[in-house]
Amino acid sequence: MKNRILAILSVIMSLSLIFGGVSEAAEEVSGSIQIKGSDTMVNLGQSWAEEFMNLHPDASIAVTGGGSGTGIASIINGTCDIAQCSRAMKEEELNAAKSKGRPVREIEVGIDALAVIVNPANPVSQLTIEQLSGIFTGTITNWKQVGGEDKPILILSRERNSGTHVYFLEHVLRRGNEKGPEEYSPKALMMPSSQAIVEEVAQSVSAIGYVGMGYVTGKEKKIAIGIAPEGPFVLPSIDTALDKTYPIARALLMYVPETHSGLVDTFLDFVLSDQGQEIVQQMDFVPLRKKA
Amino acid sequence: MKRQVESAIEKFILLNGIACIFFVILIFLFLAREGLALFKTFSPLDFLAGTRWYPISTPPRYGILPLFLGSLIVTLGATVISVPLGMACAIFIGEIAPRWLREILKAGVELLAAIPSIVIGFIGMVTLAPWVKHLFHLPTGLTALSGSITLAFMAVPTIVSIMEDAITAVPKSYRAGSLALGATHWQTIYRVVLPAASSGIVAAVMLGIGRVIGETMAVMMITGNAAVMPTTILEPVRTMTATIAAEMGETVQGSEHYFALFAIGLVLFVITFLINMTADIFLHRKRK
Repeated sequence: MKNRILAILSVIMSLSLIFGGVSEAAEEVSGSIQIKGSDTMVNLGQSWAEEFMNLHPDASIAVTGGGSGTGIASIINGTCDIAQCSRAMKEEELNAAKSKGRPVREIEVGIDALAVIVNPANPVSQLTIEQLSGIFTGTITNWKQVGGEDKPILILSRERNSGTHVYFLEHVLRRGNEKGPEEYSPKALMMPSSQAIVEEVAQSVSAIGYVGMGYVTGKEKKIAIGIAPEGPFVLPSIDTALDKTYPIARALLMYVPETHSGLVDTFLDFVLSDQGQEIVQQMDFVPLRKKA
Repeated sequence: MKRQVESAIEKFILLNGIACIFFVILIFLFLAREGLALFKTFSPLDFLAGTRWYPISTPPRYGILPLFLGSLIVTLGATVISVPLGMACAIFIGEIAPRWLREILKAGVELLAAIPSIVIGFIGMVTLAPWVKHLFHLPTGLTALSGSITLAFMAVPTIVSIMEDAITAVPKSYRAGSLALGATHWQTIYRVVLPAASSGIVAAVMLGIGRVIGETMAVMMITGNAAVMPTTILEPVRTMTATIAAEMGETVQGSEHYFALFAIGLVLFVITFLINMTADIFLHRKRK
């Protein structure tokens, strides 16, 4: 019995020696990056990582979601190398990072147009920002108040750790006044993922929700959004996000600590390259510049 | 030599026993330290009786009353569903079922306990929620009722196995005496066996409730997570556990929001502690 344990131990030790040796004898572009944050961006980050690892087989990049808040918290706490965020970091958060000795830098890596979606059976097809604000704060509670059927409105929101939640709060509910008094109605359902919102909207005639444009499938209807009641009302698309006629499009960001590894730089260069931006478009987001 | 080995083993076991209690105390102290830190900056009364949970607003509001009531309504619903079901199941297994069926049923109930809660939550989300929605003509099926039904399935195995133990522990002579006096099988069950096993039955119910109130993943998926003051069981609610799970990842260590989540954890700990203690008291009463 004792001998067997010894044998197993020696196998484990020799294995760890072999693998330990391999990782030390690596090439230039090697090492690992931990990317955390926005659920909106997690698939995008995954595609970048896969393509990057194809180009540099010795690098390993792990991408996880959890929400922009999660990414920001972990870049402040020093538990990831890059935070993907679908909202900008707040002043307090930047200060928190500084006071923990890890000041961060912001890089814009793409654009996301937020689609407001309803069930296709809902006759409402356009809303103003003011109406949206009323719906999500709970002052408008019935679809007939915005020209629809006599049905109570079911509000679907993302959880508070979502950058989409915060962006929508500041730019739609508070209409750009970031410190405004408006809040989500307490009746708003906090859904754990964009996918859950999409599914609930597909099932419920009275639901309204918001998700990144990339999440919309054929089973939901996108709402055309206008700033003024007389229009124009604009549907979300790559073109309307790029020419800024669609009012609720936001920057997709990455935050890195000021002091970071060379591998992080190489990865960021790749993300901002034409090839990286091509991936942005493939994932149904809006690239930073239109293809030449 | 033999004696030394013996005493070494005894000490080792003693150490393990103490370690368990030690860890519980450490966890409690950590929870208390982090949770109570909230009250340096936020009034305990506003925390316990506040009706608005807006942790990321400025100024933030950490009123856990809607969360507490959310947990309460889901737990009550689950208890109402699972206790009769579990009790009937335990009586059938313990008193009525023939031996071969008893073994199958016990294995089946234990298997139910082995299903991961996220799987039950997922099944509830895709099958139960749409059903609840259509049945009651609601705008959404993600309600406290759906959560209660889902959690009831998780509490049933706990309730059945402890209750069944209590029922089979009733001495054979009680049953024989009752039957000899001319009572029917059913009369024996509810006039003799159940009263004799009552403390174990109460303990089973309490532990089932403890299981339900601490459950997180399934309720997060199925109750809609809207922090409203619940008025009916057909509304979405947000439970304390789901709030901690949903918000923990985003908080910066040492921030007020972080302490507030620990304070919720402390409340949960106190509640489950009281429930388990009650269950324990009843279990010990039985042994006397």
